[in-house]
Amino acid sequence: MSLPSHGAATVAVGGSGVPMGRLIGLAALAVLLVAPFALYPVFLMKVLCFALFACAFNLLIGFSGLLSFGHAAFFGGAAYVTAHTVKVWGLSPELGILLGTVTAAGMGLVFGGIAIRRQGIYFAMITLALSQMVFFLALQLPFTHGEDGIQAVPRGTLFGLFDLNHPFTMYYFVLAVFLFGFAVIWRTVHSPFGQVLKAIRENEPRAISLGYRTDRYKLLAFVLSAALAGMAGGTKAIVFQLATLTDVQWQMSGEVVLMTLLGGMGTLSGPVVGAALVVALENYLAATNLPVPVVIGAIFVACVLLFRRGIAGEILARFGNGRPQA
Amino acid sequence: MNARLLAGAALTALTIGAALTAGSASAQGLSGDMVKIGVLNDRSGLYADLGGEGSAVAARMAAEEFGNKILGKPIQIVTADHQNKPDIGSNIARQWIDQDGVDVIVDVPNSGVALAVQEVTRDKKKIFLMEGPATSRLSGDACSPTGFHWAYDTHALAVGTGRAMVQEGGDSWYFLTADYAFGHQLEADTAAEVKKAGGKLVGAVRHPLNTSDFSSFLLQAQSSGAKIVALANAGGDTITSIKQASEFGLTQSGKQKLAGLLLFISDVHALGLSVAQDLVLTTGFYWDMDDEKRAWSKKFFDKFGKMPTMVQAGSYSAVRHYLKAIEAAGVDDGPTVAAKMKEMPVNDMFAKNGKILANGRMVHDMYLARVKKPSESKGPWDYYQILRTIPGAEAFATVEESGCKLAAK
Amino acid sequence: MMGTIFGIPPQALFGQLLLGLINGSFYALLSLGLAVIFGMLNVINFAHGALYMMGAFVSWLLLTQFGIGYWWALLLAPMIVGLFGVALEKTLLSRLYKLDHLYGLLLTFGCALMIEGAFRHLYGVSGQPYPIPEALRGGQNLGFMFLPNYRGWVVVASLIVCISTWIAIEKTKLGAYLRAATENPVLVQAFGINVPRMVTLTYAFGVALAGLAGVLAAPIYQVSPLMGSNLIIVVFAVVVIGGMGSILGAVLTGYGLGLLEGLTKVFYPEASNIVVFVIMAVVLMIKPAGLFGRER
Repeated sequence: MSLPSHGAATVAVGGSGVPMGRLIGLAALAVLLVAPFALYPVFLMKVLCFALFACAFNLLIGFSGLLSFGHAAFFGGAAYVTAHTVKVWGLSPELGILLGTVTAAGMGLVFGGIAIRRQGIYFAMITLALSQMVFFLALQLPFTHGEDGIQAVPRGTLFGLFDLNHPFTMYYFVLAVFLFGFAVIWRTVHSPFGQVLKAIRENEPRAISLGYRTDRYKLLAFVLSAALAGMAGGTKAIVFQLATLTDVQWQMSGEVVLMTLLGGMGTLSGPVVGAALVVALENYLAATNLPVPVVIGAIFVACVLLFRRGIAGEILARFGNGRPQA
Repeated sequence: MNARLLAGAALTALTIGAALTAGSASAQGLSGDMVKIGVLNDRSGLYADLGGEGSAVAARMAAEEFGNKILGKPIQIVTADHQNKPDIGSNIARQWIDQDGVDVIVDVPNSGVALAVQEVTRDKKKIFLMEGPATSRLSGDACSPTGFHWAYDTHALAVGTGRAMVQEGGDSWYFLTADYAFGHQLEADTAAEVKKAGGKLVGAVRHPLNTSDFSSFLLQAQSSGAKIVALANAGGDTITSIKQASEFGLTQSGKQKLAGLLLFISDVHALGLSVAQDLVLTTGFYWDMDDEKRAWSKKFFDKFGKMPTMVQAGSYSAVRHYLKAIEAAGVDDGPTVAAKMKEMPVNDMFAKNGKILANGRMVHDMYLARVKKPSESKGPWDYYQILRTIPGAEAFATVEESGCKLAAK
Repeated sequence: MMGTIFGIPPQALFGQLLLGLINGSFYALLSLGLAVIFGMLNVINFAHGALYMMGAFVSWLLLTQFGIGYWWALLLAPMIVGLFGVALEKTLLSRLYKLDHLYGLLLTFGCALMIEGAFRHLYGVSGQPYPIPEALRGGQNLGFMFLPNYRGWVVVASLIVCISTWIAIEKTKLGAYLRAATENPVLVQAFGINVPRMVTLTYAFGVALAGLAGVLAAPIYQVSPLMGSNLIIVVFAVVVIGGMGSILGAVLTGYGLGLLEGLTKVFYPEASNIVVFVIMAVVLMIKPAGLFGRER
């Protein structure tokens, strides 16, 4: 897998105990904490949900070298499960999201089981086709309500304490979910498990010869990625109070690829940057007369042709302590 | 290490900055100094012709009657395309109300989207004037104190077309149904009406919204042997299914007949009389019925180049009534205006003595019509022969029948 | 009447099979193009659906803007789409051959977004009607169903194209180069054949097939910017099942899955949309390289 390898040098943000860096990290967190006072909270929540989705996707492509073109299935599948359990079963939002996450993980296990033996384009196409199957299931199963989607999902009260109907409460909950997901990814990348993934990405035969059962590692990464994507989808269902076909359409899979590629594959901050940019762009362009897909498509093409490291990747490569670039 | 951490954090901050600017670009201060009307519908897809820009034109005509000013403040009309996606529709509605100070949402064809928007407007206590969507649930179990269902609904269509077709001898039915809220409700309401009139149901097949190829569905309908193949769909789907039915010779044997349960004049215009002739339909409006309708429709035609559909005419009527209610109430907050609207009778070129029920249903006369043969038509847009007037009380369900929980209050 | 087959009235069974064959004709044409391109370029052409749509739109524009009818469109539209393909390959795709093949997929995905977005912006998403050519109007009563002449023509035309492509690849010199280049591009290059030009022409030919399918589809499915976007995923599944790069596999699987879909519509219509993907999953578990493919 050579695809993300140029990002290898930029696998970002290591070193603990760096006071200056911590300071800036804290500053970013502070900005996130006060952001809803300056900005439309629903917009911010959308950014955070997609940022988490992109981070989850990046865990797979950036750190294990697997391009999944079917992540919409996990995102949207979990959205449906969360919406259904919260609305129909009357579960609390945190349980609903948990169930959505678990469902996505289960789907990840199945998808991964089928696709993991193939690589590269094959892997991409197989995940794509499987996610399209989920799309058709969502179109036809009775509990998803076809084109209408699951509507009027109550936001409910978190842990029976916090009323999520209040926009700020909802925002801080979403922020907490995002930070949790981000922390899980950070931990994973910096764990021995993450190191093995990187080894597999760089040279799979070698990893095998070292005695690693690479398929297992890849499958585990896939399941983890699917679960986190599901967490993002479930949270989105609570924020927007509905789950629809848009979330499971293959275009959604493409969107997350775009966000990650644009931001920078294989960097921790890249997908966040990419997601924020794409969501902001879509929001901004919607008010103009420009055709959104054309602009997005053009950016995508430019990205593939000109700056494959993505925004974060390019910046980190430039300021990256003069580390060699792969 | 240090520098890279720094760069990472700086990036995150940068991103947030970017998000900040982009977010605020679409944010505008809330202005209570105007009445802002948001026309939300399908502007590019299969329902664009029945509502679309035409509904905005009609809403503007209503505003012009007030000199584009109300209580000394300007009336502003904005439009958006919901692309027939419930998530896009409800997001736009939410953003319009939260950020852009929109006071009322108009039209919203596609029942699925309308149901989603109704959730938002109910929650935010804003007026929602529905002309495009059909499902009777909007004034039934999904009703809202500030929601108004204006032009027609699935119940009226069932009573009109369903009953008439059974009376003509079409006593066995097969449904070709658009697979979402609207189609399901139209099928259910019509099936109930058919059974009541002594007909029987042979079966049904569901097709996705915006289907391009109906051949396999039509084949199923054909082999069902039912006398009536009922199209519980709308707009582009209806046009395509009628065309392909004629391609596959569905009605050729003479044993089967098509029933377009929801036909708009724009559909008939697109199909042409030679294909559409003799279809029976139920409508809330036809331009060529009396002088008042003709005069208004002429004005509409001069602006838009097409005759109004019942959705577009209804948009005019609803916006006009809404503005009159604001004038009478002196305020524009949702619940007050809603109460005022329900007090006042609706009298305009669209409806005579229309009255609004507690569940938001605007009750007015509907019409059963037959599409003319090419030989009967005097020219473009001379399409319908009105067979009978269906009194409002017969066409629409009562509050009790509707299942709206507001009714009790 | 002939009674029933497995409790199904024969007109429903044969009717749906015939309709399945018509759908299969489109699958076959599109997956043939994908397979040819993949064999030569090792690129999965995500823009294939968009180019199919473009073929339909070009013929619609030829008719409405220039009054050029169906039969000329059948020749012109694939050529125009093919030329567009040449431009695409020369300016964009060719820059990526040294990189991982996934970048080809990503690039063509971006192109698909742009092409579809542009047409959507210009013409909206509702279908534009394209009339059936005069000579092919009407239909035949086959006893079990009424077959519109035009749909019969689609099956015939697609069979002709698929078979002649197959013969061209198997019997002609160019085809021999192509097969050789598919097997081992480095070796072919070593024999002094201009592989880059062959690559360009192959891409052009592959997308021209998509354009041709678009013209054939226009009178049936109407002309809409979204007509290719869902179809392409099914075609991907077809290619995966057939075995990627296998031309015979792509064609046979295309028709076969069309028929199978038709059959599903008779016995369990709800599953007709997902049957292709289920088959794909099963095939992958048993034969990871696809039915006609080899492990590579």
